[in-house]
Amino acid sequence: MVRSGRRFGPGGIVLAGAAVVFVVLQGLMLAGVINVYLQMILSYAGVVAITALGLNLIYGYTGQFSLGHAAFYGIGAYTSALVTRSIPSAGAWKLLAGMAAGAIVAGVVAFLIGLPILRLKSDYLGIATLGFGMIMNVLFKNSDKVIPVMGGSCGMRGIARLASFPWVFAVAVLAIVVLRNIVFSSVGRALVSVREDELAAEAVGINTTRYKTMGFVIGCMFAGVAGSLYAHLYAYLSPDNFDFLKSIDVLLIVVLGGLGSISGTVVAAVAWVFLLEGLRIVLPPAIQDWRMVLYPLLLIIFMLFRPRGMFGGTEFRFLRPKEN
Amino acid sequence: MEPLLEISGLTKAFGGLVAVRDFNLQLEPGGLVGLIGPNGAGKTTVFNLVTGMYRPTKGSIRFRGRELTGLKPFQVYQLGISRTFQNIRLFRQLSVLDNVRVAYHHLGETGIFGSVLRTPRFRQEERQVTERARELLSILGLESRIHALAHNLPYGEQRRLEIARALIAEPKLLLLDEPAAGMNPAEVDKLMELILFLHERFRLTILLIEHQMRVVMGVCKRVVVMDFGEVIAQGAPEEVQSNPRVIEAYLGKVEA
Repeated sequence: MVRSGRRFGPGGIVLAGAAVVFVVLQGLMLAGVINVYLQMILSYAGVVAITALGLNLIYGYTGQFSLGHAAFYGIGAYTSALVTRSIPSAGAWKLLAGMAAGAIVAGVVAFLIGLPILRLKSDYLGIATLGFGMIMNVLFKNSDKVIPVMGGSCGMRGIARLASFPWVFAVAVLAIVVLRNIVFSSVGRALVSVREDELAAEAVGINTTRYKTMGFVIGCMFAGVAGSLYAHLYAYLSPDNFDFLKSIDVLLIVVLGGLGSISGTVVAAVAWVFLLEGLRIVLPPAIQDWRMVLYPLLLIIFMLFRPRGMFGGTEFRFLRPKEN
Repeated sequence: MEPLLEISGLTKAFGGLVAVRDFNLQLEPGGLVGLIGPNGAGKTTVFNLVTGMYRPTKGSIRFRGRELTGLKPFQVYQLGISRTFQNIRLFRQLSVLDNVRVAYHHLGETGIFGSVLRTPRFRQEERQVTERARELLSILGLESRIHALAHNLPYGEQRRLEIARALIAEPKLLLLDEPAAGMNPAEVDKLMELILFLHERFRLTILLIEHQMRVVMGVCKRVVVMDFGEVIAQGAPEEVQSNPRVIEAYLGKVEA
């Protein structure tokens, strides 16, 4: 009975489904139904989804409240931009090198910062990560004093536009498969046990410090990869893209989609990006500024009626592994 | 025979309050010992000290010849001591099956990379742990509930699930903290049967905190009585029951 579900190998069904979606989207792009503007929004939605998947691992699954996720997104973006700049030759593999560097540096920083602060619980951890995010933002703003090409508060320019929608799509699918395989495993159960009851987790042999750190580091590496893609999509980085409000945006997406739901995070990320952009188009210019009032209002309504988010910890069927 | 657990001179002070004072206990392998005493006597504190949740102020705890003081709770568990909690602590949003499987995690060898890549070893280990968990759950009469979320179980089943979780890794010593609390008489009867059955079947050594005398007298071969952090009596259940110090601790002193 288990066999049939495994015919495609690890994450096979997800990959097959993703391939179909990709072909359809590419077709629509070639046919001109999806214009360059929409393509850009789609790509951005993918980047946001990858970042949010990372935070979901940290907050949704492992239960560690972080308000500094955008800092790691920024670390990934700047690191990869510096790496691709310093490689003279052209070629797509430069982006791979950039993403790897972005993920590793974000992960190492997360490890170093996580060791002292992951002892803290809930609100206190939130404040500590918030503080870290602010420090990073200040560093980005003053980066030109150490590394002139980073541009400080003027922003970093001259980044090669190496990423494109197919790149984002591929990485997003990979992120989904990786997260799914982590979550539905013994390691995943250990992570969730930390969220559910740290003391009880220790009492059944889980080294909670280790798993909190692991969840945090991997989640931040997701952000690092997303940041790398962002840098090479927009070819311009401003410190304002990685401030406190960006961390809040990601947090909103994770909560709206449902803590501990991959499906929810992806749907919420795409919906959120399209809603913000959609309102820009739909609303008449006179009330454009009300956009920022409308969407918090939506949040309040949503939380009143669906406090556990869209998916409330459940998954699309195709993301659930066959129960053995 | 070498004792399985040997506690000597164990003392725990919280600021000025001495919760446990110079506590000594030897558990022989295969023993089924009750730890009783009035509320606040320090029984749960002893459990928390043994399992590494508190650090002792003084004294030593040796388990199979190995010093436990200074170890973290997860290390104590991995050495073969598991426990249940007075106020059930399950992973509420996890399924019954997952609650039990978590407790086997440290025995798996697949790490994060094996899990992401879904290696053959990963699959084999998942299959093994699932099989074990199912077997254990069916022994405890929970096989029909494996996909239910833990917090949706009725109280009695939650108690049994917590015991199942404590047994999956085949501990040598099981610490039960008031397992009969909140149960009705019929459930208590079943629980007593279960404790005796598990004791036999898994050749477990059990240390049991319990307030219901019926349970202690019914299953324990030896009873240790605590009051104000100290051991005031120990011996066979019948002996202890008639000990004047014990009666005094429970009922108060008769003024002359």
